[in-house]
Amino acid sequence: MSELLTRTFLTALISGGLIAGVSLMFTALGETISERAGVLNIGLEGMMLVGAYIGFVGAYYGHSFWVGFAAGIAGGAFASLFMVVLCVRLGLDQIVVGIAITLAGEGITSVLQDTQFGSTYPRLGAPPTVAIPLLSDIPVLGKSLFDQPLIVYLGLAAVGAVSWIFRRTNAGLNLRAAGEKPEALDAAGVSVVATRSYAALCTGAFAGLGGAYLSIVGAGTFTPFMTQGQGFMAIVIAMLARGKPLWVVMGSFLFGISLSVATALQLAGFNISTDVVNLLPFIAIMVALVAFARRSYLPPALALPYVRGAR
Amino acid sequence: MTGATTDTALAPETRPLEPAAPSRRFATDALDVVVRSIVPVLLALGAGAILLLALGRNPITFYSNVWKGGIELTAWQDSAIRAAPLLLIAVGLVVVFRANIWNLGYNGQFLLGAALISGLGPHLVATEPRWLALLLLFLVAGGAGAAWTLLPALLKARYETNEIITTLMMSFIGVGVANILIKGPFQDPSVNIPQTRVLPLNKMLPSIPGTRIHVGVIVALVAALLVHYVLTRTSFGLRLQILGANPRAARHVGVKVPRLIVMSFLVSGLLVGMAAAADILGTWGYVRANWNPAYGDTVIPFVFLARLNALALIPFVVFYAVLSTGGDLATQQANLSTDFLLVLVALILLFMTVIEYLGRRRALGASYLTPGLQQALRTSRLRRKASA
Repeated sequence: MSELLTRTFLTALISGGLIAGVSLMFTALGETISERAGVLNIGLEGMMLVGAYIGFVGAYYGHSFWVGFAAGIAGGAFASLFMVVLCVRLGLDQIVVGIAITLAGEGITSVLQDTQFGSTYPRLGAPPTVAIPLLSDIPVLGKSLFDQPLIVYLGLAAVGAVSWIFRRTNAGLNLRAAGEKPEALDAAGVSVVATRSYAALCTGAFAGLGGAYLSIVGAGTFTPFMTQGQGFMAIVIAMLARGKPLWVVMGSFLFGISLSVATALQLAGFNISTDVVNLLPFIAIMVALVAFARRSYLPPALALPYVRGAR
Repeated sequence: MTGATTDTALAPETRPLEPAAPSRRFATDALDVVVRSIVPVLLALGAGAILLLALGRNPITFYSNVWKGGIELTAWQDSAIRAAPLLLIAVGLVVVFRANIWNLGYNGQFLLGAALISGLGPHLVATEPRWLALLLLFLVAGGAGAAWTLLPALLKARYETNEIITTLMMSFIGVGVANILIKGPFQDPSVNIPQTRVLPLNKMLPSIPGTRIHVGVIVALVAALLVHYVLTRTSFGLRLQILGANPRAARHVGVKVPRLIVMSFLVSGLLVGMAAAADILGTWGYVRANWNPAYGDTVIPFVFLARLNALALIPFVVFYAVLSTGGDLATQQANLSTDFLLVLVALILLFMTVIEYLGRRRALGASYLTPGLQQALRTSRLRRKASA
């Protein structure tokens, strides 16, 4: 057991968990926003991949991590534009369009990566980090927990901001009403379509940022299909968090840690099949779903297009 | 005398009108189906051509290579073979989609079935007669696929847990378990790469004399016909349709909704598992670790294009089988990743939803008022005009 708590193991576990966890956190936070507004975003995986690819391209050619993150946000938002126009504005099936966005994101990023970097495989350097004084001096844990790229702190601030917007502002109230009872929102004189459009755009932007974090900070490069189902995990996390941003953070890091257990165990000298360990997060989700099946909550108007005057 | 003349005078006017109305409606209906199903495909191919141009490839060579690799000479037989698993999966999806249930765990169901039969296959074909072994293997794969849907089905039936999430999670788990099986108990110890033992060629699915097309293709066609019959001509099909249209109405007319959900899930998983059997026993003979053809992902658009009709699926699946078989050659010649086909498929889906919207809007405008109300409005307007 003491073997488990070695420095290498803990560092690998936490830093790996943070990389997977932060990208999950961004994406799940985005999904929380649109789910609350009544838009189910199955295309999250595609939006993450588009964000990851464009973010990497931006960081590589722009020679700046911030250009990369901005490009990732723009890419994800662009991908979600399809969702906004086709599902929110025109009321088409959210699941069909979501599947299309996922497929298109997977296909187009793979093709572009192949044609552009298929033979060169460029990599980015490690991003600069900001160490929090005192806390980062804690032995073993401090360095891996409190010495992060600035975007991580900004992400945590974004969670707080979203939580505050949900609870304390009119915009948050409108957003929740769009998912709970769109008729009431419409009767109150607020456009349901506009509210949901902004929500879906935010989702795309956050998913794109999550993907960009994965490619820029996590891997330093873009590989096709690199999200490996994280978009779908984010949907589950958002669902289990029942629309509460703080729960999203906890869930994301829990699943992030379970994703990094495999590499950490191998570094610590344990010979465990990665296949078994890679299953853990999904099994954990299924166990959570079986155990809390009755308590997971989704807004009543989720995935239903809003048509004015329709019954 | 006067009565007789008016009769004959009226007859030429009324008689041709009577039968003309339904035939005209049939013609517009047929046109509607053609427009809604084929136009998205053409638009997607057109948009794909523009994308190819943007990537600096020649779209005409690309599409002619698709034709060359998918149809010409004996390539059509490869396409037919490719169509077998695609059709079985597509039909399996029709069963659940009709009930508005989203079984998106087809990859896990498929690979688990594939891993099980390629692990058990070599033993079975060595000890049992060929037909019995193959039949048993089909059942094993189908059973594995069905079993893998059970948990999502029960969760949905019992607690209304969102099945999109549960099937996707089970899919990831299924893919992982399949890999563990292939790298563990089923691995061929004589090969360095993790893969199962290869079935001997003479023990695989027999092919139709004179061709390379194996019996799995016929199984898929029969399954499509059978599912079409069950969905359109039996009470089970009707109940599925009611459940899909309105779950509350289904409960009110006495449909046992939970049981129906579980049933449709099991049938769907069974068909997806059988797709694995047709693919492994007919084409590959073994499974490599980390092999995932993701047939289901690419076949989904065609399930929608066929309007969830198992019979109409056949031409669409054949079309995609040609596209993907020829696409292997075309993407290779154009020095592109084969994932370009995913983009084409996604484009078909997007254009499909747009066309659907345009069609629905046109229909909405036409039938916005009931015929009686239209008549009333027209007469009132006429009366107003007359009084003015």
